[in-house]
Amino acid sequence: MKKNQTIPELIWQFFCSVKLAVYTLVFLAITSIIGTIVLQNGTQQQYIGLYGEAVYNVFKVFNIDDMYHAWWFLAAIVILCINIVVCSIEKLSITWKIIFPKKIRFNPGRFRKLKNLETFSVTKDAQTLYDDYEGLLSKNIGNVIKEKTESGIVMYAEKGRWTRIGVYIVHLSILLLLIGALIGALFGFKANLQLDEGETSDRVFLSKNRVPIKLDFAVRCNEFEVKFYETGAPELFRSNLTILEDGKESFTKDIIMNHPIRYKGINIFQSSYGSGKPSGAVLDIIRRSDKSVTKQRIKIGEEIQLPEGQGTFKLEGFLPNFDFRGNFLGQAFAGTVTLKDKKSVQIALPLKFPTFDKMRKGAFAFVVTESEQKYYTGLQVTKDPGVWYVYSGFILMIIGCWITFFMSHQSVFIEIEKTDASRSEISISGTSNRNNQGMKLKINKIVKKLKDI
Amino acid sequence: MNSSLALSSTTFIYALASVFYIGSFAFKKQSIAKLGFVVLVLGFLDNTLGIILRWIESYQLGYGHAPFSNMYESLVFFSWTVAVLYIFVELKYKESIIGVFVTPLVFLAIAYASIDPNASSKISPLIPVLKSNWLIAHVITCFLGYAGFTVAFGFSIIYFVKPKDPEATSIFAKLPSWEIMDELTYQMIVFGFLFLTIGIITGAVWANSAWGKYWTWDPKETWSLITWIIYAVFLHLRMMRGWHGKNLALVSIIGFLAVLFTFFGVNYLLSGLHSYA
Repeated sequence: MKKNQTIPELIWQFFCSVKLAVYTLVFLAITSIIGTIVLQNGTQQQYIGLYGEAVYNVFKVFNIDDMYHAWWFLAAIVILCINIVVCSIEKLSITWKIIFPKKIRFNPGRFRKLKNLETFSVTKDAQTLYDDYEGLLSKNIGNVIKEKTESGIVMYAEKGRWTRIGVYIVHLSILLLLIGALIGALFGFKANLQLDEGETSDRVFLSKNRVPIKLDFAVRCNEFEVKFYETGAPELFRSNLTILEDGKESFTKDIIMNHPIRYKGINIFQSSYGSGKPSGAVLDIIRRSDKSVTKQRIKIGEEIQLPEGQGTFKLEGFLPNFDFRGNFLGQAFAGTVTLKDKKSVQIALPLKFPTFDKMRKGAFAFVVTESEQKYYTGLQVTKDPGVWYVYSGFILMIIGCWITFFMSHQSVFIEIEKTDASRSEISISGTSNRNNQGMKLKINKIVKKLKDI
Repeated sequence: MNSSLALSSTTFIYALASVFYIGSFAFKKQSIAKLGFVVLVLGFLDNTLGIILRWIESYQLGYGHAPFSNMYESLVFFSWTVAVLYIFVELKYKESIIGVFVTPLVFLAIAYASIDPNASSKISPLIPVLKSNWLIAHVITCFLGYAGFTVAFGFSIIYFVKPKDPEATSIFAKLPSWEIMDELTYQMIVFGFLFLTIGIITGAVWANSAWGKYWTWDPKETWSLITWIIYAVFLHLRMMRGWHGKNLALVSIIGFLAVLFTFFGVNYLLSGLHSYA
């Protein structure tokens, strides 16, 4: 390190080292593991239950409960970005002149000393050889530059000089990805919307804190459908949605998994579903004395007459999880039976156990044969204006990697030396900024072609 | 002929190929490795047949999807990609004994597919989220990436068994020179890196069309990123800091451990969006 460096120079030097990049990458890789092992975005109770109070306090200090957004993790990403920018500028300022030279020059002395130099001699005069070789070189490599020497001619051709830019494209793509992610984090959102069949709403709730957000349009769920395979695995979730603007229907579309609605920068995805509260049921009312069955449709809150004026039955409501002496029997209807003698009994009709009420051994047993249940659809609503930066980053990254790994700046050098009137000595060598092994093979191939001429 | 017969015979043929490769290494006979190569190609053809039959059978069952939808199918395809990549390398570089640590991996993957109780070989229908054109692109690119890293790992191991100056009579003399080993490992990692990159990208684009987020720090995503970072470090160490030989081979081995964890560890130990495969 030089003495008397100013502080900005020192900072620049700190950020322009490949070592820093390697350390930062290793740091990011190792710390990323934490978030895959420790529960992320859980509640305080979950953490204390899993790890205890002391560990939870440590987690809180280092934001381990949301570590990919923790200050120290983001700081490492920022350091990496600065590192990439500084390193790239530093290197590019040197390679720029190589990538875009005013005039392409070559140094015959350097090529004569290369390890892959091959020599052979032929009985042809130099000018004929030059004409043949020029054709071959310009066809296989690129434009040929020639220079006269004391004893003959040197020729030089190259291709792929521009490919030296590849690695900078990769670095740029990483920056684009992160810029896109930043834009998404600042101006985008991820929210949920739960709609019963028939319900309309223009308010969605942020996934992280349930804060409501008003959309520029309203969404109505016309219908929800779920299909299962014979194996019991789900086959299809489908929501039929209508978009309404200023109260007018704009369009209607089905969404299924992998086929969202994208409208005015907002994306609507199928994410979950459930069954809402039923509005009513169809009951079989069975008289105990003669086993006669009466079918009756009933709405919640409605009161019906029992057969032959024996009393009344009122469907009071719906229980999401019926507690029967400590056993939870799931969804159930609740009702009240009032017989002629004015005695009232509260009964529950669990959907999973249709004949449950027979066990009561009352004068009438009530069996739910059908429940008029409505589904609700769980939609994920997102907005991410940064996504196009991210996608451009993706494309640039693939292109950049391809150029960096599979293309190279290759130069081939041929020297034709007159040894006597009819014989010439040929030397050939080449360089490549990558893949010297491949260059060696290429030189051998060219030698073979030259000999065949 | 059905797919399960084809795939179980593939397992045995791959086992035989591994035996030949290891035998050629142990008994210092290159000719056995040549035989191993022929067997490996046969196994590969059988493997290909098995995958195609399974694809057809899925249509006959009325499910109609590419055979990349669960752990069993992934492992079978993993063997296939490693085999095809290794066969390509052996044909191109005309080096045979380097397969000594690669062919056992080809065999182990497909053998594990049939013994792992969690990997059902039953053809099952696709769950809604997998019904996407991205499935094939994502799975193929990811596995080509894994294959590149696996072959690189097989080569990297050689650094730790081959002495620096092998005597002319030892089997190590038949192994390629350090220069070629170095180049081959690098080529495989470059290949793997490019395809892992495309695999992560296709996964992100798919996630964005299925869940509305291209990145959610799901364990599978995070581990694939960790793997990507390790190999990015490998490339920087080699190209910018001039690392070679054993040190670099060690990075390649660490990278492969990350690949294994991304593939198996995440599925079995951690929970997340990728729980199906």
